Amino acid sequence: MTDLDAFRQQTRAWLEDNCPQSMRAPVTSDADACWGGRNFQFQSEDQKLWLERMAARGWTAPDWPREYGGGGLSRAETKVLQEEMARIKARAPLSSFGVWMIGPAILKFGSEELKRQHLPPIIRGEIRWCQGYSEPGAGSDLAGLQTRAEDHGDHFIVNGQKIWTSYADKADWMFCLVRTNTEAKKQLGISLVLFDMTTPGVSTRPIKLISGSSPFCETFLDNVRVDKDQVVGEINAGWTIAKYLLTHEREMIGGMGRTAAGQKTLPQIAVEAIGLEDGKLADGYLRSEISRWDIDAAAFALTSERVLDEAKAGQGVGAASAMLKYYGTELNKRRQELNIALHGSQAMVWEGEASNEGAMPRTWLRSKGNSIEGGTSEIQLNVIARNILGLQ
Amino acid sequence: MSALVLNEEQAMLKDAAKGFLAEQAPVSQLRALRDTRDETGFSRELWQQMVEMGFSGTLVPEAFGGTQFGHVGMGQISLQCGHNLSASPLLSTAVLGVSSLLLGGSQAQQTELLPAIAEGRLLTALAIDESPRHAPWRVATRLSRDGEGYRLNGRKLCVVDGHVADWLIVSARSSGEESAREGISLLLVERAAPGVSVERTIMADSRNAALVSFDNVTLPAEALLGVEGEAAAVLEWVLDVGNAQLAAELLGIAEEVFSRSVAYLQERKQFGVTLGSFQALQHRCAHLFSEIELVKSAVLKALQALDASDPEAPQWVSLAKAKACEVAELATNEGVQLHGGMGMTDEFDIGLFIKRARLVQQLFGDYRYHANRFASLRGY
Ligand SMILES: Cc1cc2nc3c(=O)[nH]c(=O)nc-3n(C[C@H](O)[C@H](O)[C@H](O)COP(=O)(O)OP(=O)(O)OC[C@H]3O[C@@H](n4cnc5c(N)ncnc54)[C@H](O)[C@@H]3O)c2cc1C
Ligand SMILES: Cc1cc2nc3c(=O)[nH]c(=O)nc-3n(C[C@H](O)[C@H](O)[C@H](O)COP(=O)(O)OP(=O)(O)OC[C@H]3O[C@@H](n4cnc5c(N)ncnc54)[C@H](O)[C@@H]3O)c2cc1C
Repeated sequence: MTDLDAFRQQTRAWLEDNCPQSMRAPVTSDADACWGGRNFQFQSEDQKLWLERMAARGWTAPDWPREYGGGGLSRAETKVLQEEMARIKARAPLSSFGVWMIGPAILKFGSEELKRQHLPPIIRGEIRWCQGYSEPGAGSDLAGLQTRAEDHGDHFIVNGQKIWTSYADKADWMFCLVRTNTEAKKQLGISLVLFDMTTPGVSTRPIKLISGSSPFCETFLDNVRVDKDQVVGEINAGWTIAKYLLTHEREMIGGMGRTAAGQKTLPQIAVEAIGLEDGKLADGYLRSEISRWDIDAAAFALTSERVLDEAKAGQGVGAASAMLKYYGTELNKRRQELNIALHGSQAMVWEGEASNEGAMPRTWLRSKGNSIEGGTSEIQLNVIARNILGLQ
Repeated sequence: MSALVLNEEQAMLKDAAKGFLAEQAPVSQLRALRDTRDETGFSRELWQQMVEMGFSGTLVPEAFGGTQFGHVGMGQISLQCGHNLSASPLLSTAVLGVSSLLLGGSQAQQTELLPAIAEGRLLTALAIDESPRHAPWRVATRLSRDGEGYRLNGRKLCVVDGHVADWLIVSARSSGEESAREGISLLLVERAAPGVSVERTIMADSRNAALVSFDNVTLPAEALLGVEGEAAAVLEWVLDVGNAQLAAELLGIAEEVFSRSVAYLQERKQFGVTLGSFQALQHRCAHLFSEIELVKSAVLKALQALDASDPEAPQWVSLAKAKACEVAELATNEGVQLHGGMGMTDEFDIGLFIKRARLVQQLFGDYRYHANRFASLRGY
């Protein structure tokens, strides 16, 4: 038996003993996910237990180094863990911008002190993070950001406004792009700083979305003091880190094109919704539309797998994240449109117990943000055309 | 489950095929065959070289003189044939002929014919379709008993390399209604046998396909490939093997037309700038790039599934052929459009690619055929 086989057996046994039954089902909504943080209200005892048990092994961030509380697993072991979790339909123990975005950036660019300060609480789900990138005048043109950080020796004083900050009102800390040099070319004067949301001068105001929920905020920064030891990487060199972090964000968002383990596939939903006639979906036109989507989704899932396998084999595909983000989010939007079509007028029920409080139309509307957040589809196409194809 | 990357051996085969075909069988060779109205439709000399490279025996077991590099290996050759539009009997003989014999053939048939194919002494052709659109179970060609042997009557369309094949592999019905899967047999018929008439049809892609008629052809009992009336399963798997290779060829065509188009946009100037600087064109190229990435994954998965005899291979093959058809159509259409007026000229190769792509799309089922099959195989 190889070491990997042994690892699989141990992992399987441990998950069997430790994953509560109620955590062996897909997350159905944002509210159903475990976000952690200082003010987080656990939905159930099981949810809390599952997070604690996984965090204790470092498996909320399985491939991070052990010295910061991570799992210390190799890529192959991480894949085994994912496969074993998928096998029993175990949900992720933690949804976290810390794990997905700022953690990897701190690991790669942060000082030893920053790593020791921030990584362990992220892994344990104790601190919830939000991303302060976009500004009213800097969306797609992110490098045009205006929020200013004035140098005061050992600290900065930050003034400005951020917008579209997801969950800013619920977050404990923000990773934030600020301008530390107004003279330099716009990409060269940016720094990535970290601060506590309870710092004096930080205030947030929710923005309501078309889906009816308000996970977004405007964030106002009024003379906010940020110590210089909270700068990730070098001062004025934040743009490279920002882009690195965006790559992680895009890969994560691109993953939406894949059907999560345990989730029903669109064809399965279609069969339940409209039934079969002679073994074929009763509506011929919908059947062809669904098979067109299914073909693209299957080929996309294989492509995500191939990109990972190639990375493992050391044959990296340049800027693959832009391609996966673009295709995955467009695919998810198409999925949501078909889902609406399959359920007819029922799909538009906004309120009411039986409709799971309008989960269907709200999920459909939320999906429209997929091709905007983290860089729009048009921006991804620009990246592919310029960086991969060399068209300029 | 194997990783979705080529192993070392397969990567070497890909490189070998790439170098060899680019040098020995570039697009200009197809153009020359077309312009001289070559009777064979491919270069016999090139085929002999391909035989020496081991291409003809890629799917043939070592016991019969092959190299047994498998479907992924063969896929790398088909891919490069797509890039270069290389004309050869690779599909008709080394893919369809070999797999028909491997799956349906008796020990005696395999021993006699497989080494001959691997050594380049024998060509075969698969004669199955009778209607313009691919429909493998729509068989009206009649097989009737005749003493110890059989008698064959009927007519087949679009038999690739039918005019040069030594042996034809023919589907015929001895029972069952037209369109039923039951009652179909596969037979080995010599092209030179009395009653067989072959009319070569030159297709839009300048390749070969023949119209083959069987008029009271008498066959010995040994002509049967497999069990009488029960060939559907064998034929279906043979078609999966063929379609996976056609998908690889379509991928090669799409990749080639795409890279030529991007290169053209980088060179051609209008309005004082290169065309590549226009975002309207950049976005179309970036989208096409993404689509081609999806085809690569689907094709590799299908080839691996065939090598692993995965029971789900038919699903993966239909996925690959469908996606490859869709994207090759997009890539070749965009190829002509992005080249502007030049794309419409015979002098530019783009036109050769679009013609080849459409034929390969139609052969053994296009997007619609395979999307339909994919849905059925997935239970809806
Ligand atoms: C659900 C959601 C969550 C988000 N979460 C966060 C968050 O947590 N933190 C944060 O900082 N931001 C967040 N954002 C903001 C997001 O990053 C921006 O919305 C995004 O970068 C687009 O910027 P914009 O909205 O200013 O659009 P604009 O830049 O004004 O773009 C408008 C339209 O023009 C197009 N366009 C713009 N430039 C070009 C170009 N050069 N070529 C072609 N087309 C172009 C765009 O593609 C788009 O279609 C979130 C957004 C959404 C929808
Ligand atoms: C069948 C046929 C008949 C013709 N007959 C005649 C005739 O009788 N007399 C005559 O004078 N001409 C004729 N033409 C020429 C025709 O007018 C040109 O081919 C046409 O104007 C396009 O120019 P081009 O071929 O140089 O393409 P290009 O200008 O090189 O364009 C190449 C590609 O780039 C795109 N492109 C170019 N500029 C931009 C831009 N700014 N933004 C976005 N995309 C851009 C184009 O749409 C095209 O897809 C004929 C052409 C054809 C195909």
